[in-house]
Amino acid sequence: MSDPGRLSFTQAQDGTLVIRLVGVWSLRSGIPSATDLQDQVASAGSWRRVAFDAHELTSWDSSVVTFLVKISELCRQREIPIDRDGLPVGVQKLLALAEAVPERKGARREVTEASFFERVGTGALGLAGSGKEMLAFLGEMTVTFFALVRLKARYRTSDLFLLMQECGAQALPIVTLISFLVGVILAFVGAVQLKQFGAQIYVADLVGIAMIREMGAMMTGIIMAGRTGAAFAAQLGTMKVTQEVDAFTTAGFSPLEFLVLPRVMALILMMPLLCLYADFVGVIGGAVIGVAMLDLSWTTYFHETANAISLTDLFGGVFKASVYGVLIALSGCLRGLQCGNSSSAVGDAATSAVVTGIVAIVVACGIFAVVFYVLGI
Amino acid sequence: MVAGINPNDASPHITVRDLTMAFGSFVLMRDLSFTVNHGDVFIIMGGSGSGKSTLLRHMIGLIEPAKGNIFYGDENFTKADFEQRQELLRRMGVLFQTGGLWSSMTLAENIGMLLEEYTDLTPAEIREVASLKLALVGLKGFEDYYPSQISGGMQKRAGLARAMALDPEVLFFDEPSAGLDPISSRLLDDLILELRDSLGATVVVVTHELASIFTIGNNSVFLDPDTKTMTASGDPKELLAHCPDPKVRAFLRRGEKEES
Repeated sequence: MSDPGRLSFTQAQDGTLVIRLVGVWSLRSGIPSATDLQDQVASAGSWRRVAFDAHELTSWDSSVVTFLVKISELCRQREIPIDRDGLPVGVQKLLALAEAVPERKGARREVTEASFFERVGTGALGLAGSGKEMLAFLGEMTVTFFALVRLKARYRTSDLFLLMQECGAQALPIVTLISFLVGVILAFVGAVQLKQFGAQIYVADLVGIAMIREMGAMMTGIIMAGRTGAAFAAQLGTMKVTQEVDAFTTAGFSPLEFLVLPRVMALILMMPLLCLYADFVGVIGGAVIGVAMLDLSWTTYFHETANAISLTDLFGGVFKASVYGVLIALSGCLRGLQCGNSSSAVGDAATSAVVTGIVAIVVACGIFAVVFYVLGI
Repeated sequence: MVAGINPNDASPHITVRDLTMAFGSFVLMRDLSFTVNHGDVFIIMGGSGSGKSTLLRHMIGLIEPAKGNIFYGDENFTKADFEQRQELLRRMGVLFQTGGLWSSMTLAENIGMLLEEYTDLTPAEIREVASLKLALVGLKGFEDYYPSQISGGMQKRAGLARAMALDPEVLFFDEPSAGLDPISSRLLDDLILELRDSLGATVVVVTHELASIFTIGNNSVFLDPDTKTMTASGDPKELLAHCPDPKVRAFLRRGEKEES
């Protein structure tokens, strides 16, 4: 790169502007600034012709062509004829190629800044549209559920068992870890406060009630939304991209029965079990803190836990977990089936499935809290 | 090459009437009207982005027309209720552009699933029929492979085997030769013709492969994205010689200049 690309211009006698291209023109070293030249071409109305001299051009690539296209465009606007004979043959050919197909009218997207009201309007319409889609999906799923109850739904039992394994047994490690830690954290938070009153034994009540009524179901729900909800969306999204979903429809199979139903059922069946398991592991987590930090014995701790919780609490939690399961599966499948036709759309579908799932769980949790309070559970 | 088909005896099998394809307010094609006769190998042709595959998706009910109707025989497919439509769909087979094989099932299960649903065959018989269908497309012995374990060309052929599972009356092909080498694509063309002749099915093919168009097609429609409608229909060989629209002739000649 001893001789970087430069350009200069000279004026010939007959009103010709001769542009001299010199040195090594390379995209890597940047396109030489052409503002001076553009000013020259633009300002003077007296040029009758633009010509080029490339004798000192050592080597060139697209940088020259890009530069020349700009100059040509400028000259066309000013109606100054261009003489390209002085350019290397390759450059002339590339220029001809670039100009061979004229710009298609209307192909260029107009970038217009939407006004505030326009954006609000578009947003509102989009929201209404997606709400409508969601309602349609829920309606169709309800019909599908009735078909299931009447034993008329068609799906592969082997799919159901495979999914149950995927979202049941295979989720145990992560559920174990998270619920144990949640139990530990709850016990810690309680221990510090209760110790001041000498009431450390009530840590068992605190952990037991919190885990069994709320946290067991909630944490399992959130874990499964991130783990399984995203997986459902990605699976169905990919099937949409590879036209497998279309193949179901044209074969006369309802994708909702074949794809969504087994996923919803798998989560309805597995979530209560996972929740029970999470409750148990969470209580153990609390007990470890109780025994290690508060000098309680295992027996005392478990006895206190058993006294604190009732069967109603337990069933309440397990029931919530089932409902969360339905929400996770539905949001995962909905986002998967709404997926667009590209690989990035699959990623978006998975992301959106997790967000929808978690929002749905938190909203449902709030509703449960009110309902349980009113019912006195 | 299209032996056994006399266009004069042919009766209409699929009739598309005044079809407008649109996404929201964006109109892709309007005023499409054409007839596919029994036993035709009907080509939907046109440049990239002209809506060929979209037209096919309309014909198999994956997209609802913005306007117009599609008839199978005398039955209106567009206005059909759920049961009627399922009945009509059962008589169609579709080979999707990417094969569309169900990836969680083996090839035999892919084919077997349709037989299980729509016939009273025993599992053993289903397996035999599935093997036969795979043998017809040259995939004997691949029954227990998953779609991801075989090559793209084989997936296409397996997709064809599945499309034929229920001996359909109409077979739809969405770009059958896309992504295939010239020889495989030629073999697939031959296979399409053989199946048409032996099953007596009507075939609708979306393609822009000129070789295929002339080898297998005996009827066609040309979609022009600039005017947003069809500009020609009929036997591609006739169109090459006599079509009044120069754009169609240029397409069929690969853009080469006509000899005067």
